[in-house]
Amino acid sequence: MRLLSRKATCNSHGQDSSYFLGWQEYEKNPYVEVRNPKGIIQMGLAENQLSFDLLESWLAKNPDAAGFKRDGESIFRELALFQDYHGLPDFKKALVEFMAETRGNKVTFNPNNLVLTAGATSANETLMFCLAEAGEAFLLPTPYYPGFDRDLKWRTGVEIVPIHCTSSNDFQITESALEEAYQEAQKRNLRVKGVLVTNPSNPLGTTMSRSELNLLIDFITAKSIHLISDEIYSGTVFRSPGFISVMEVLKDRNCHNTQVWNRVHIVYSLSKDLGLPGFRVGAIYSNDDMVVAAATKMSSFGLVSSQTQYLLSALLSDKKFTKNYISENQKRLKQRHRMLVMGLQNAGISCLKSNAGLFCWVDMRHLLRSNTFEAEMELWKKIVYDVRLNISPGSSCHCAEPGWFRVCFANMSEDTLNLAMQRLKAFVVESTAINGHNQSNCNYHSSKNSKRKSIPKWVFRLSSRDRDRDSDER
Amino acid sequence: MNSNEQHLLSKIATGNGHGENSPYFDGWKAFESNPFHLTNNPEGVIQMGLAENQLCFDLIQEWILNNPQASICTPEGVNDFREIAIFQDYHGLPEFRNAVAKFMEKVRGNRVRFDPDRIVMSGGATGGHETLAFCLADPGEAFLVPTPYYPGFDRDLRWRTGVQLLPVVCESSNDFKVTRKALEDAYERAQEANIRVKGLLITNPSNPLGTILDKQTLRELVSFINEKSIHLICDEIYAATVFSQPGFISISEIIEEEKDIACNRDLIHIVYSLSKDMGFPGFRVGIVYSYKDTVVHCCRKMSSFGLVSSQTQHLIASMLSDDAFVDRFLAESAERLERRYKFLTCSLAEVVIDCLKSNAGLFLCMDLRHLLKNKTFEAEMELWQVIINEVKLNVSSGSSFHCSEPGWFRVCFANMDDSTMEVALTRIRTFVRQHKDVKIPKRKCWNSNLRLSFSSLRVDAQSMLSPHSPVQSPLVRARN
Repeated sequence: MRLLSRKATCNSHGQDSSYFLGWQEYEKNPYVEVRNPKGIIQMGLAENQLSFDLLESWLAKNPDAAGFKRDGESIFRELALFQDYHGLPDFKKALVEFMAETRGNKVTFNPNNLVLTAGATSANETLMFCLAEAGEAFLLPTPYYPGFDRDLKWRTGVEIVPIHCTSSNDFQITESALEEAYQEAQKRNLRVKGVLVTNPSNPLGTTMSRSELNLLIDFITAKSIHLISDEIYSGTVFRSPGFISVMEVLKDRNCHNTQVWNRVHIVYSLSKDLGLPGFRVGAIYSNDDMVVAAATKMSSFGLVSSQTQYLLSALLSDKKFTKNYISENQKRLKQRHRMLVMGLQNAGISCLKSNAGLFCWVDMRHLLRSNTFEAEMELWKKIVYDVRLNISPGSSCHCAEPGWFRVCFANMSEDTLNLAMQRLKAFVVESTAINGHNQSNCNYHSSKNSKRKSIPKWVFRLSSRDRDRDSDER
Repeated sequence: MNSNEQHLLSKIATGNGHGENSPYFDGWKAFESNPFHLTNNPEGVIQMGLAENQLCFDLIQEWILNNPQASICTPEGVNDFREIAIFQDYHGLPEFRNAVAKFMEKVRGNRVRFDPDRIVMSGGATGGHETLAFCLADPGEAFLVPTPYYPGFDRDLRWRTGVQLLPVVCESSNDFKVTRKALEDAYERAQEANIRVKGLLITNPSNPLGTILDKQTLRELVSFINEKSIHLICDEIYAATVFSQPGFISISEIIEEEKDIACNRDLIHIVYSLSKDMGFPGFRVGIVYSYKDTVVHCCRKMSSFGLVSSQTQHLIASMLSDDAFVDRFLAESAERLERRYKFLTCSLAEVVIDCLKSNAGLFLCMDLRHLLKNKTFEAEMELWQVIINEVKLNVSSGSSFHCSEPGWFRVCFANMDDSTMEVALTRIRTFVRQHKDVKIPKRKCWNSNLRLSFSSLRVDAQSMLSPHSPVQSPLVRARN
């Protein structure tokens, strides 16, 4: 008899994809400035490491929050006992106010409609359990965060049907792409329960336009389905156009007393905006009381540590701090983004124009041997092994076109970023030289060329060993 | 509303699988609407349905004060802040796993070794159980579980997983011990109903019984699951609450020490948590420990859905690696639990209320069968309503724990101070006197050495309440 469940023995957790090879190689040979200068630089990790000093200085000024105290009195016991799945009221209040602030206070949120979860990972899975049966489907625009394959599908049995977006219009969602995806689901006999978008987008780094949001609202209204807007990067918008939350559009359209109002749900987290992924702070916001009620009960499986709720409630209630943090953080992201874009340009590489996120969506189509995903993989492995940069190939994000890569910029020092750009430039120069050389000497040096042109076997190695990935990554 | 709109939410979301609509939560509602307070509301309902360990916070608070570096927010600890804040590796902090493994070993008298690489985090034991169910069983398959058992299992193992729970009926005639016959009967019933059994779930020490499994029984269980080639999930969440002899025997000891027993180790899995032993339910520190590699790997990947906050991992790592503190804590905690237990059982005996003999847990089982109108669950419900509404004590009825016999009630004793406990006992005494003509012998139990005196603990019972308490289901506190 089969001893483990199908879920345990299948691959739906998504970690056997060759995508994680890059991670493994990084773990084996990580770049460290002095000790391992030739190591692999991690550019596949969407972390925000730019603003810790702001948090640390707040901590220095606020010893009470640090020491489990409120007004000098120890509240350790109360916190240690507090496992109410409604969450610490002060924390939820501070969190919704922070969310409003990052939306320019154009919308307000009711803390009673907020459900705390162990990270956005848990929030997304929980919403699937609430909104869909096993075998039903959600539509997702490509490219999308690879973790969704696990978070939305693995234990829930829900399917993802892609909404194909292309570079022809900067990967924006179109009405025809939506319809096509819906039809595709019908063809596969999958009942569509909703659309899930990430706004700002991972991996694109762009915010959704008002017309895209209107399109989505029209679409879900017509089909009577849900819309989940994962707004985990909402605080990382560093230049215009600004961030427009789907809630703002609903408000502007006076949807308050309509059915669609109850079918739009937001996912949030402090992992990207505040750079605190270790603290596992996620949230679901919904106007539908039943969804809130069900998700609240489900949050029992992944509550936020009361210790962490308390610390962050103090932090986020300090309005002076949050105002300064939001603007300073954005400044730094903008500057870092510019560094990356210039560095890439210097190497003859362009990227999608973006205004948010912790990464750029980089166009390396011109470096592909051919317009295929095999060529993309070849190029990617060269970048990991030879250039020694771990970046994320577009195919791992289900991108419809080969040649795009996500490159992160906020998880390393400036020096490291500069070094990465130097390495990349050297690689591009060398590749161009090799290609040029090959073309002009193809007859006389044919044997030499063929040796140079042949791809070592390791490039195609697909490991089937159990890849226990070391960390979650967006 | 067209058919599309009717099905907008899932069955899981709209159904009752969360278990919170059962009439048994009337007791909680009564408590929430009228909570006892020694001075402000002395007629209120006393909470005795909450299995929390509140007896040793003074020791913990002292440790926290003396160890500022354990927090990443204090000047002493802030150097670690960014590293910890970034750390979301689902393997968990190595120092956390090491400290937890060592702690688990200490709790078992260092008779066994736990491999830190097999320690997997979960969102409390609640998350741990659900994760194991996802790993070990497909929808429609089942786990056997001896009755009476913790009501939360109905949600944790079944709700989103689609897995079933089938009872292994235990009876008071032999102190609710699990017998081979009961196991075989349950297994056979499953076969007849065409339900595939994937495992057996035991809680040791038991909730609600407060008893531990003896070696003979443990060996029997191991032999049973090995024979049927099914899993054994051992919830050892109350391991450090054993306060008197006989000592606790963990399943890990059975498979390590009992060399003559044939057992496929791959079938053994332990669920643990710091919620009861340490009294930290708010910190959500759940652990899954499996002897099977693929289960460790699977649970670890699934732990992404309920990792322990790195801030908390850091604190726990620091606290549990302080050997001197841990040794003192474990000894003191057991002593205080024993004193509280003796005080309660003695006082109940005076009014001729027997309890199931137990030596662990944060509760005991009162035998109120003699107070039932008749031997039915309706009568039990009636008596229970009386206890809630007239005696004003929130205790848990045996039927909410799937007990096969009416008349048993679980009473928690570690979640209140002495004064509150005395008020509760006075009320019980009054109730019994009024209910029947019972001769009350001379009081023997009011010895001061049975009282716990916490000079540093606030006597204020209000402090025992959640600082924010809207009306809520008991499942809000993940464990009752």
